[in-house]
Amino acid sequence: MTARVGDKLPPVEVPLTRTLIVATALASRDYQDVHHDPDAARERGGKDVFMNIMTTNGLVGRFVTDWAGPEATLKRVKIRLGVPNYPGDTMTLTGTVSAIEGGVATVDVRGANSMGDHVTGTVEVEVVPAREAEAETEPTRKC
Amino acid sequence: MPLDLTSYVGASAGPPFPAPVAVNEAMIRHWCEAMGDGNLRYAGGTEAPPTMLLAWTMPGFGKTPAPRLGTQGELMAKLDAAGFTSVVATDTEEEYVRYLRPGDHVTATTIIENVSDEKKTGLGVGHFVTTATTFTAAEGEVVGRATFRILKFEPPPKTDPAPPRPRPPVNRDNQFFWDGTLENELRIQRCTSCQALRHPPGPMCPRCRSLSWDYIVASGRGTVYSHVRHHYPPMPQFGSPHNVVLVDLEEGVRFVSNLLDESAEIVIGMPVQLVFTKVADDYVLPQFQARRPGEAERQFGVAE
Ligand SMILES: [Zn+2]
Repeated sequence: MTARVGDKLPPVEVPLTRTLIVATALASRDYQDVHHDPDAARERGGKDVFMNIMTTNGLVGRFVTDWAGPEATLKRVKIRLGVPNYPGDTMTLTGTVSAIEGGVATVDVRGANSMGDHVTGTVEVEVVPAREAEAETEPTRKC
Repeated sequence: MPLDLTSYVGASAGPPFPAPVAVNEAMIRHWCEAMGDGNLRYAGGTEAPPTMLLAWTMPGFGKTPAPRLGTQGELMAKLDAAGFTSVVATDTEEEYVRYLRPGDHVTATTIIENVSDEKKTGLGVGHFVTTATTFTAAEGEVVGRATFRILKFEPPPKTDPAPPRPRPPVNRDNQFFWDGTLENELRIQRCTSCQALRHPPGPMCPRCRSLSWDYIVASGRGTVYSHVRHHYPPMPQFGSPHNVVLVDLEEGVRFVSNLLDESAEIVIGMPVQLVFTKVADDYVLPQFQARRPGEAERQFGVAE
């Protein structure tokens, strides 16, 4: 695939069902009660069960590879958490390519729900294998 | 006194933690299904999603999480003891050196990279703890790295706002009564045919069946006919506990209300005085408090 700085990724809407929050916590082997037990979550100050950070990371990674395709390789995912992802809400993931260097695209990612930003961060994804990237960039330097 | 946690900076978090199982197709499939990730690269189970990195070394159901073990566990216990009992993950950075494949046996080795001084945050006062984990496969091959920052903080005291007091249904029969409370008047309906007073408000005189009425304004003085202190079930919208009193107004009608002082000893026959409580700008409740001898009483005139 070809990516350019400024390219916008197709937004992805993630319906935050209770089932999604519980299933993804268990798929990441995270058995902390706040991710599946509403009473325990409320006792600890939450409004309800909420998404675990590994799932946020996984969804951010998926968002970028859905755009970059199966040939792409994730190199780095850096995220900062904001408001929690509670059941009944929707998280909308948006992203913009902010840099490309040596076949690796940096994508600025944001995942927002009705309360604000749940996640902001950057993902580095190798969109072109390193050897091809070198070959591709050579001629453009000559122009 | 602020905690001195400098000795933890740079310390090993605990012994290397080997994944309980090797990277495998079943867990990859489970993850991809839950995440809705249809990437063909993981579909055959030949490669694992790189974002699964931390999942492989999760100890599993009923096991102590890694941050509660070893030196990191000791640090967490120290922060708990100092009142920083809550924890929230704030940010992570993961680097994937190569995608994992079924059969890879991952081991996590973690150091405590940093412990911040006491910080004031939006969540409360606390310390940021940053750990850096290196993931290795066979022969010590580094396959990934992760930096994980948490905030260990003291939760601010809970200020659970009481639910609002329910409003009375206002209709054409009792509108005059609730209009009265807004003007700090306790209005008692009066039959204009036979002059009988009645409460609660209704369209017809129960004595002579007349439909014509006006009202008088109560003096505000009365005596307790009966009472109960409500404890259970808790009703925070009314206050828990709260006193329900039946007051005989000196005009001769009986009135259900509250006695405001929750600690007051209520005796049948005790004199009480009307007070008006503003619940909202358009909602004023007539309630009562004990009338002490010699205390100045509020006077209310009688409507002409
Ligand atoms: Zn009458």
